Amino acid sequence: MALAERRISATEARIAGLELPRGGWTEAARQDALARLRAMGLPERRDEYWRFTRPDTLSQAETPRAALFKPEETEIFSDLDRLKIVFVDGVFDAAQSDDLSLEGVTIERLADASVTDIHWARDLYGTLEARGQVPVQRPFAALNTAFATDGLMIHVIGKPSKPISLVYVHDSETSDAILHHVVKVEPGAEVTLLENGPAAARFNKCMEIDVADGGKLHLIRSQGRDHERRAVTHLFARLGEESVFKAFTLTVNGVLTRNEAFVELTGDDATVHVAGACVGDGDFHHDDTVFITHDAVNCESRQVFKKVLRNGATGVFQGKILVKEGAQKTDGYQISQSLLLDGDSQFLAKPELEIYADDVACSHGSTSGAIDEEALFYLRSRGVPAGAATDLLTLAFLAEAVDEIEDPDLAADIVSRLESWLARRR
Amino acid sequence: MLEIKNLHVKLEEEDKQILKGVNLSVEAGKVHAIMGPNGSGKSTLSYVLSGRDGYEVTDGSATLDGDDLLALEPEERAAAGLFLAFQYPVEIPGVGNMTFLRTAVNAQRKARGEEEMSAADFLKEVRTRAKALKIDAEMLKRPVNVGFSGGEKKRNEILQMAMLEPKMCILDETDSGLDVDAMKLVSDGVNALRDEGRGFLVITHYQRLLDHIKPDVVHIMADGRIIKTGGPELALEVEQNGYADILSEVQ
Repeated sequence: MALAERRISATEARIAGLELPRGGWTEAARQDALARLRAMGLPERRDEYWRFTRPDTLSQAETPRAALFKPEETEIFSDLDRLKIVFVDGVFDAAQSDDLSLEGVTIERLADASVTDIHWARDLYGTLEARGQVPVQRPFAALNTAFATDGLMIHVIGKPSKPISLVYVHDSETSDAILHHVVKVEPGAEVTLLENGPAAARFNKCMEIDVADGGKLHLIRSQGRDHERRAVTHLFARLGEESVFKAFTLTVNGVLTRNEAFVELTGDDATVHVAGACVGDGDFHHDDTVFITHDAVNCESRQVFKKVLRNGATGVFQGKILVKEGAQKTDGYQISQSLLLDGDSQFLAKPELEIYADDVACSHGSTSGAIDEEALFYLRSRGVPAGAATDLLTLAFLAEAVDEIEDPDLAADIVSRLESWLARRR
Repeated sequence: MLEIKNLHVKLEEEDKQILKGVNLSVEAGKVHAIMGPNGSGKSTLSYVLSGRDGYEVTDGSATLDGDDLLALEPEERAAAGLFLAFQYPVEIPGVGNMTFLRTAVNAQRKARGEEEMSAADFLKEVRTRAKALKIDAEMLKRPVNVGFSGGEKKRNEILQMAMLEPKMCILDETDSGLDVDAMKLVSDGVNALRDEGRGFLVITHYQRLLDHIKPDVVHIMADGRIIKTGGPELALEVEQNGYADILSEVQ
């Protein structure tokens, strides 16, 4: 069979069991996305963008089984005053969720919102995703736009008093969830979004984000400890003048995670920070793939990714800063680092810069290393036992990523999860 | 207190003998100084005593109040009361100085079966100690030794020593990289810790540190052995005549 045909048949096999919701304002966008998906086909291992991460278990028709995991510790973010919205295996759970009303924001379910013909999200749903298909294809995102069964349409018009917290519960060993959120932050509005939980045995999530002039969005997520879960997630964000988008992701375990972010800085003086801390061992495979486009003057972007890998785990980072012609005074920073706690683990990194403006400051760095023996001895010579000293140095390694979280309570919650992970491995 | 007998040490990686039978006894309440030319084995002695990797003890013993130091992990030696002020204090990005100090103090207390120090008591103690060493709040907040000047690093070592209250303090070329004022500040910090229950081993190239920290006993080390022991006057002799005379005298 020709290669192209094989890709086509694999794609058709994947979508054969999925249903494209009909009617309402999303149908046209879904049909367009399906056409995009068919034109691209699902990724194969030979594809350059998937060189370091095998896409087969994400694209195959059958969902790989993932055992359920009930952690003993309290759920992250559960101590916060928040608006909680729960999805179980990708299905909205009204009984476990708070009332969706909160001052300064309107929140609707995609499943409800899409039955009407006119909706504010119409200009965004699938639009930002489609923009993100160039210059690199992201077929799982197109699949998501076409077949998403639910999600949230979050319209931020003010400054809600508390964060909106999306909780993804994994309750079936073979669940295959596809969620699509759209977030629109109006000029001057500001919100914090939280996401946590494994979501499903296999999770495909897409979030399209439009931050208007002067708007601010903080996104903090924690991807859940179920070791056998798989996830492919996409963030597509477009930022207006003087807007701010800061995202932080904690990943603890999970056999396969591919987190993509595609961000366009389209208004002058905008800021985007995308950060992540991940810790894993064994067959843990974690991939951060980030593409940031500077298309306006005096914008700042930061990518800070730290990975702690042990016992054969794999970390991947593919990060790009594209500075378009005219995007002067760009300040771009990219760092990806791994701490390999043993000789079996590996880190694969592909940092890229592509610059078409002459007055920019861009830096990137990628390192891979072990615990600093000098520092370890120094700590031990002061009485700190070897295990505790290693943990302290591991947390120190992760600190630059965690420091990207502005809210100290959220940062403390994230750090406590990292500490527990380390403590469980003593 | 510290008893070193016939200590022979070689590098683990290569067949090179560094210490060739060191004998030394430091009593509680006393300050001993070790002087010697480059490569005589002074720093190796301090590292071996504190438990750094890379050295192999081929013969001899080292005990602290009867505990076999060489059988203990570095953290156990610290909990037993041994402290090494590093010649080159290590920078640890991402670990706050205060966190580091508190972790160390409480780890040692825990190892000795003592109660951990409360946050309030710790803060009070560290502020008092830091003030005496002219270490400001900013320095306490910063990551351990990161961006510290040479003098700041050495003062930070003395602050750790003061907080940990060890029985036996080894100062490895604490004077290196210090200007006159910093040397005075560091020496005052050390002198403030001198007491009847505590021993000091001060390793230095130069006599000038010993003007500030007055030793009871001075040892001259050369080629992995202590070749001469005397009073403070021995340090002055080295200062005036160099090591050559002493070396030839012994040979």
